[in-house]
Formats: sequence, C-alpha cells, structure tokens
Amino acid sequence: MRKSADVVIIGGGSLGCSVAYNLAKKGYKNIVLLERKYLSSGSTGRCGAGIRQMWGTEMNCLISRGSAEMFKTLGEETGFGDIEFRQSGYLLTTYDPKQTERLKKNLLIQHKLGIPSHMITPQEAKEIVPFVNTDGMDAAFFCQEDGHINPFKTTFAFAKGAQDLGVEIIRYNPVTDIKYNGRKITSVVTEQGEILTDTVVNAAGAWCKNVGKMVGLSHPVEPERHQILITEPLESSMGPMVMSFAHDSYIQQVPHGGFLMGYGNPNEPKRINFNHGWEFLEQMAQKAVFQLPILKDVRFVRQWAGHYEISPDGQPILGPVPELDNYIMALGCGKGFMLSPMIGKLIAEKMAGEETSLPIDILSIERFAKGELIVETGVV
Amino acid sequence: MDEKNIYLCRCENFTLKELHDLLDSGITSMEEIKRLSRGTMGPCQGKTCRDLIAKEIAIYLNKSMSEIDMPTYRAPVKPIKLGEIAGGDKNA
Repeated sequence: MRKSADVVIIGGGSLGCSVAYNLAKKGYKNIVLLERKYLSSGSTGRCGAGIRQMWGTEMNCLISRGSAEMFKTLGEETGFGDIEFRQSGYLLTTYDPKQTERLKKNLLIQHKLGIPSHMITPQEAKEIVPFVNTDGMDAAFFCQEDGHINPFKTTFAFAKGAQDLGVEIIRYNPVTDIKYNGRKITSVVTEQGEILTDTVVNAAGAWCKNVGKMVGLSHPVEPERHQILITEPLESSMGPMVMSFAHDSYIQQVPHGGFLMGYGNPNEPKRINFNHGWEFLEQMAQKAVFQLPILKDVRFVRQWAGHYEISPDGQPILGPVPELDNYIMALGCGKGFMLSPMIGKLIAEKMAGEETSLPIDILSIERFAKGELIVETGVV
Repeated sequence: MDEKNIYLCRCENFTLKELHDLLDSGITSMEEIKRLSRGTMGPCQGKTCRDLIAKEIAIYLNKSMSEIDMPTYRAPVKPIKLGEIAGGDKNA
C-alpha cells in the first residue's frame, strides 16, 4: 500500500470506482481507492440493476440522461467488454389518479430535457408487457431508453479503467480514522496502515455518515434497507422494468433470464442491516403475483438485502463541504449506481477546478442548511 | 484434461479455464469471482460448487481454504414457487 496519495477515495462501489476512473482520465497520478470488503459489496452489487431517466427533478433527469449515454461506451472504452446495458425500457404503473397527475407533471421536466418518456393507457401497457395485470391500473408511463445494466460488470469496468491508469485499489481494508488539522486533512488511517493525503472523496454510500463523523461532520443521509429476490432463469419474455408506485416495488427480467424483484419497507428503522427476512418474501411474492400473475409458478432461488441512502430531498450530495478543504462528497442517495458515470465525471471536473458539465453546486450539502431543497418524489 | 472442459459450477457453466482467466487478470477475491462469473449463483445455491471453486482459488494463491473469502449461502435452501409463498398462511 502506498504511504501517501494525492487523492484517497473511500468506497469501492460504482461511485467510488467511477470517481477514480474519471480522476485518472484527467491526469491525476497518485490515487488510492479503499474498500472495506470487496468491490461492489455495498449498495451497488445489491441493487435492482435498473437504469431510469424518468425522474421528477431536473438534476436527477440530467445526471441520469448523461449517464445513460456514457454507459453505452463504458465497456469498450475501459477494455472490460460487455456490461450488459440493455435499453429495454421502464414501465411505471399507477393505481391512483393523484399519483398519475404527479407523474404527468414529471413528464414536462423530462420532455424539456430530451427524455423520450410518455404516458400510456393500461391497454397500451399490455401491448408492451402482455401478461401485466391491468386490474385497477389507472395509467402507465414508459421510456424505452431506460433499462438494465449489470452492476458488477459496470463496477469492474470502472475499476479496470482506473487501475490501467495507475489507481491503486485496496480491498478488505476499512478506514478507521481521518486525521485533520483545522481545515486541512492530513491522513487517512486504515486497518493496514496510514496514508498521508490532503484530499478525501467520501463515496462510502451506506457508511457515508461514519466517514463524515471521522472529520467531525454530520451528513443527513440514512441507510434504508431494501430486499430483493431473483427467480430461476426463464426464456426472455419481458423487456422493461415494471415499477409500481402502489406496490413500492420493481420487477425486471435480467439478461440471464431470472426475474429480479425488490422493495423496501419505508417504516423500518434506518440502519445498516444486511439480514433478509421471511416477511419480505411473502409480501414481495404477493406484489409480484398480483402484477404479473404468470410468475406464480416460477421458483425463486435467492434473496438478499442492501441499502438506499436516503437524503432529505432524494437527490445526490456532490462536491466540497464548507467546513473542510478538499473533502469531497460523492453520494448518489438511493440511485448512485445508475448515476455513477456522470457523477464520477462531474466530481472529477469539480476537483480539477474546471467548469462542470452540469451545475453541481446546487447539489452541494450546503443546500440543507440553506433550505434550498428540490424534493424528488419518484423514488421507489 | 483441458481446463475448458472442467466445469466447476454446473448450474452456471463456469469452467476452470474461466476461473484461471479471472485469477490471472488479478481478481482473486472469491466474492468478486462469484459476481463476475455467476459461479455459485444457480439453482443449487452453490451447494455443489462453492467448495470446489474455493479449493481451486486456494491452490492458485497457495493459501489455505480458510483464507479464502467464501460467499455466504443465501436463502432459500430449495427453490420455491412464488405462488406458494404469496398464499402465506393459507398454505399452512
């Protein structure tokens, strides 16, 4: 392990690896990325593997739109190979006219920013997914350019790109402390030793608060457990991710053939909890069999749990903090994986002192103190 | 025997050749190998292949099997139909 680094990135998920790759592309030479376990072991590797652009705030739309473009070339650009990006669409269903009205308003923002989403009738939804149950369905929203991507392969593509450009990635090495003096960071302490540095990127996802505490800061981000199950592989029969606001759930058939489905109970206490439970199975199975009745005879083979990092407004927290120099936040807040290419690029631009491709200062942590929140209501 | 024809994980068609390619590329964590290869992620839940894969990684790294980061077994023990679970207590 290097004794000193120009930048230390904490977190080996898609965001940390993307920041590492994008900084290395900018010419940063001495970057160390620290991961407490293995790459993608936190939220990235446990997510629903969806790529969605149908959001309700301009920044979420813009970052996801830019990321969808970058995903197209990431595998080739890094020499990793196929990362299973499939623009097979998202089908958002609503069972409540009020919810429909809210999502209709989001369409205006999406269309202004070039996202090809549209509202459809339940009958039209059936043309896209013939076995979807339309009982009680009020309307649906569809965007063909949303879809699926393999979170593991994506993370490893970023990691390969970064390593090929000289980034050192250290696995199974938790950060135990960050030393600082006044506004200046001096080193990062890990289980395997100390690294002298004045620049730290917090891409620790569900653990971001713990990292913040090491520099005396309190980050307003709470981990919310989500559970997922996957079925045995079947012949490809469903293109889009079927997401229901009424059921708080998402279901998609991944390229491997299994139907992956998940949801999180928002009433659970907010904490890191990787246990999976029987209650989830029963509720998820009911949600799935209601929405897609043919799944009743399909066997599920595996279940697991991971976390959304919930920020007060459902938007990422990006960039420097007012209290400390060169402490950079790179938190996707519930959708970091699907936003990872663009967030990595924006953070690298910001750190290099360049003009950023999107106005990320509005996503600074300072917005919470100032009360300048633009709330994303479309998180499922 | 040709490593291409030695299957470590029969559910997911993961061969010894593919394992050695991953190890040669510098990916030596079994947790990472699982996620990149899908080895141990099939219907048998890794019950036939997990130890085989771990043993081959240990041989390659010249370590003991106890030093390998073996993935956890996930629920369920046997695949179950969603319709049977959705019925909840009514099936009891």
